[in-house]
Amino acid sequence: MRPFQYTKVNDASAAVQAVSANANSQFLAGGTNLIDLMKEDVACPVELVDITRLNLTQISTVAESGNLSIGALAKNSDTANHPVVRQNYPLLTQAILAGASGQIRNMATNGGNLNQRTRCSYFYDTAMPCNKRELGSGCGALEGINRYHAIFGWSEQCVAVYPSDMAIALAALDAIVQVQRADGTQRTIAFADYHRLPENNPEKDNSLNPGELITAIELPTNNFADRSYYLKVRDRSSYAFALVSVAAALEMDGNQIQQARVAMGGVAHKPWRALEAEEFLTGKTATAANFQAAAEAEMRQAKPLEHNQFKVELGKRIIARALMQAMNDGRA
Amino acid sequence: MTETGKPIDRVDGRLKVTGAAKYAAEYNQPQMAYAFPVRSTIANGTIASVDTNAALQSPGVLMVLTHENAPRLKALDPQELSQAGGRLGENLVPLQDGRVHYFGQFIGVVVAETYEQARHAAGLVRVAYAEEKPAIDFETELLKGFRPETAQGQPAQLNTGQAAPLLAAAPVKIERTYTTPTENHHPMELHSTIAIWEGANKLIVHESTQSVMTVRAVVAYFFSLKPENVRVLAPYIGGGFGSKGNPWTNIVLAVMAGQAVNRPVKLVITRHMMQTNVGRRSETKQQVALGAGSDGKLAVMRHHNNSYSNLTQYFERSGSPTEVLYSAPLREITYQVARLNIGASTFVRAPGDAPGSFALESAMDELAYELKIDPVEFRVINHTTTDPLSKLPYSSEHLIECYRTGAEKFGWARRKQQPRQTRDGRYLVGYGTAAATYPASRASASARVRLAADGRVIVQSATLDLGTGTYTIMAQTAADALGVSVERIAVEIGDSDLPPAPVSARSITTASVLPAVLAACEMLRKDLMQLATADAKSKLNGVNPAEIIFSDAKFFARSDRSKSDSYSDILRRNNKTALEACTTAMPASGSGLGAPGASCILAPTDSEENSDAQKYSFHSFGAQFAEVRVDEDLGLIRVKRFTTVHDVGRIMNEKTARSQIIGSVTYALGETLMEETLFDKRFGNPVTRTLADYHVPVNLDVPPIDVHFIGKPDPHISPIGARGLGEIASVGVAAAVANAVFNATGKRIRDLPITPDKLL
Repeated sequence: MRPFQYTKVNDASAAVQAVSANANSQFLAGGTNLIDLMKEDVACPVELVDITRLNLTQISTVAESGNLSIGALAKNSDTANHPVVRQNYPLLTQAILAGASGQIRNMATNGGNLNQRTRCSYFYDTAMPCNKRELGSGCGALEGINRYHAIFGWSEQCVAVYPSDMAIALAALDAIVQVQRADGTQRTIAFADYHRLPENNPEKDNSLNPGELITAIELPTNNFADRSYYLKVRDRSSYAFALVSVAAALEMDGNQIQQARVAMGGVAHKPWRALEAEEFLTGKTATAANFQAAAEAEMRQAKPLEHNQFKVELGKRIIARALMQAMNDGRA
Repeated sequence: MTETGKPIDRVDGRLKVTGAAKYAAEYNQPQMAYAFPVRSTIANGTIASVDTNAALQSPGVLMVLTHENAPRLKALDPQELSQAGGRLGENLVPLQDGRVHYFGQFIGVVVAETYEQARHAAGLVRVAYAEEKPAIDFETELLKGFRPETAQGQPAQLNTGQAAPLLAAAPVKIERTYTTPTENHHPMELHSTIAIWEGANKLIVHESTQSVMTVRAVVAYFFSLKPENVRVLAPYIGGGFGSKGNPWTNIVLAVMAGQAVNRPVKLVITRHMMQTNVGRRSETKQQVALGAGSDGKLAVMRHHNNSYSNLTQYFERSGSPTEVLYSAPLREITYQVARLNIGASTFVRAPGDAPGSFALESAMDELAYELKIDPVEFRVINHTTTDPLSKLPYSSEHLIECYRTGAEKFGWARRKQQPRQTRDGRYLVGYGTAAATYPASRASASARVRLAADGRVIVQSATLDLGTGTYTIMAQTAADALGVSVERIAVEIGDSDLPPAPVSARSITTASVLPAVLAACEMLRKDLMQLATADAKSKLNGVNPAEIIFSDAKFFARSDRSKSDSYSDILRRNNKTALEACTTAMPASGSGLGAPGASCILAPTDSEENSDAQKYSFHSFGAQFAEVRVDEDLGLIRVKRFTTVHDVGRIMNEKTARSQIIGSVTYALGETLMEETLFDKRFGNPVTRTLADYHVPVNLDVPPIDVHFIGKPDPHISPIGARGLGEIASVGVAAAVANAVFNATGKRIRDLPITPDKLL
């Protein structure tokens, strides 16, 4: 690990000022991913600004909108187990609990979860080419071992997948990311716009500008609580990243689907909203055949790599199963 | 025997759970420096240039050693090293030349004041290479591979070409290819060394090893020291699984670094290095053909084995179960080995037999299905009580009892012969079975026992406890042999200054070391008894030794228990503070250890025991039963329960034995379901770099494991009758699970691991 400077701040404006002032500075919250990356010499900040003292841990309802605001520094465990989250957003509870381990969830924060980086082996191994780590060095995985990699939205520059489970549920729930700018003002980013596809700049995972700090994630009210399910398939029973995961949510009007949300993990450089599937389902009846057809509609656009062709069929089946489970009152 | 077999708690259990048991890396020294290796980033080529300037200028750095400035060590002559009692995991002496044989090879070492400084500076060493195309692709390189003549002393090409006509004539036959991936050991404890030079000619090494004797021999060899001037200490080890059986380059590097900076040096490798520098089980591709009559009698077995190797003669002897199981009149067992630019292959828990049994026992299930015979009955029909190759009877063999016991405990009768017959909700349910076998080896070993006048006993041997229970069963053995309670016995092991013992590998520790403990205790008991019977002040004076019995640290006359004498009284009356005995128990069948320790004499072995090696074949046996549930839509498999029955001779401690079996099954479930090291064919780097991507089972992956022992002592392996049991339960697990998957789904998985993509 390279030597670095460590600063502890007490409020958000001091935090954004400190990080804005130094291009090689980074926020430190739970540290469950950043410290690993530093040990591997993949992240090389010269300064860490510890934001854990910031008062950003509340989980509370916003009076005007009724949205649930989840503090950026609330721990993943506390978020998953918060009574309002369990009651109104069980999809989020399920997704968080499907990720990492108990110990990591106890340390990891919500803002940090959003900003965790790919677990692509070529990204982590500094002896390997990786455009995300070192732009212009090439993509090691494109023609390497790419069983875990993307089937949607990848570019010749990068085929990595985004690893979070929590964010897949947030994508399905149309969350809003609250950000404090470097100048101290606030802005919001719609969740679909928060993470990026790699295109020609895979080094950039998301749309945050330098020095910007996530302060909270807002969840709009919805009618999905009784009809949602997070389904994750991985290589062991727990503590592994998704091969493919699906967050599914349905709002019903009788037997007719009023609104469907389907987001996928393990398939793209960002949480993948399955808009084809959602569109297909809107107004249809909730039947296995329709779920199947929606899944097929979505997976038609998949472009698998050498070792991950199985994700196309697996993705279809998980979408269909997750929707069926959602219909069957798939509470956490 | 009153203590032997009892499920007593581990005598070192409290030390372990309270953290008081110290492991190699915990022996911090005053003035200790830290070493961190520099690794190659190519898999084949030579180092063109090295720039260590930045590293040398980095804070805290004491020295950077590369092939350009490292001391020249004694050149490696494997034969000479072997005669000195040493072996290497790979025949590669670090920093002696600029050749790179595999990705991640140690090509330098940085020594600094702190670990962080050393690690950081290691990243600052700039290396330029003359790179050559590495040989990584197993399939391609197999074509250029070689056919070895021998496999660890056994013929590697048996009955070549003879199976074909018998297969052609067989009424029922199958021919299938099975593959197993590269697997790494990954014990919890990383390979760790603290090297402490005491002047120019003397050295103490704290090392995480399965053999303090081998490390001593290797260090003494390369640094031209007298073996007795090298003391290797490993009182506790956090697992090994074969990766600590032979020393690897990290040990030589640590000792070299300590010598160079003239300070104690600690070198602990990282989890990444566990993937590249300390051995692996090579990938295998196995072609199995079986032919049988319609009565189910095997007529012929053919097992062609492909694996890879580098920097050593070792390759995976996956044909070994086919040498031992079943009564076919002809078996053809052959090997082909590729040379790859990957670090050396070495033994991993149940070497040969674990991957080999996946192929053989899957094929047996496939043929049983073709024959429409129950897989257990099919194995019983083809059972052999003699070793098919040597034609010798097995020393003690109860395999059919394993099948029957397992079938009953598991509820095998509920199994449907046809697949896809049993459902539980969305899960398909299947049952599978496989046989297990593993060689029952024994080597010569020495032990010393010391009885003090206060009644305390110390038992010593340079053996090891890998977390398996060696401390405990040595204490139990001594307790029975001396008539002293376990609480009064202190066991000292893991020190090369103690009487020599073999490497703790190949499941030989129990079979080898306990007979030495027993012999030493018996010798001490006889000496003590002689002191009593010859002593006019003893109530046992003049009593015939054959009439004397012992318990509670006392001797008694059998006919009159009022005639007694306590061990303490005998020693005190003779003005002795202690009495000591040291012996080497050397089975005729065992491999030698060189000369026994100076203080040890050979235990008398009766002629009967000596001739047993020529009269019997020594193997352990077992039967494995698995129930799986498969969600075939999503490719998810859960092993729901597992029954495992073993015929391993006498059980020395039912609790530690059971734990060993649970550990072995769990280990094998990892290999069955998820473990796999993948290499990028262009660069030769393992893409599975850490435990984040080299998956091992989590709690939820491991079902309740129902353990049973036959428990019949083997009368020929030793007077104790215990064979080893650290590995056999890893054999057959993969096949039992894969066979259960077939029974559940009708789908044969012939390529491990059984991940979701393969079940879709």
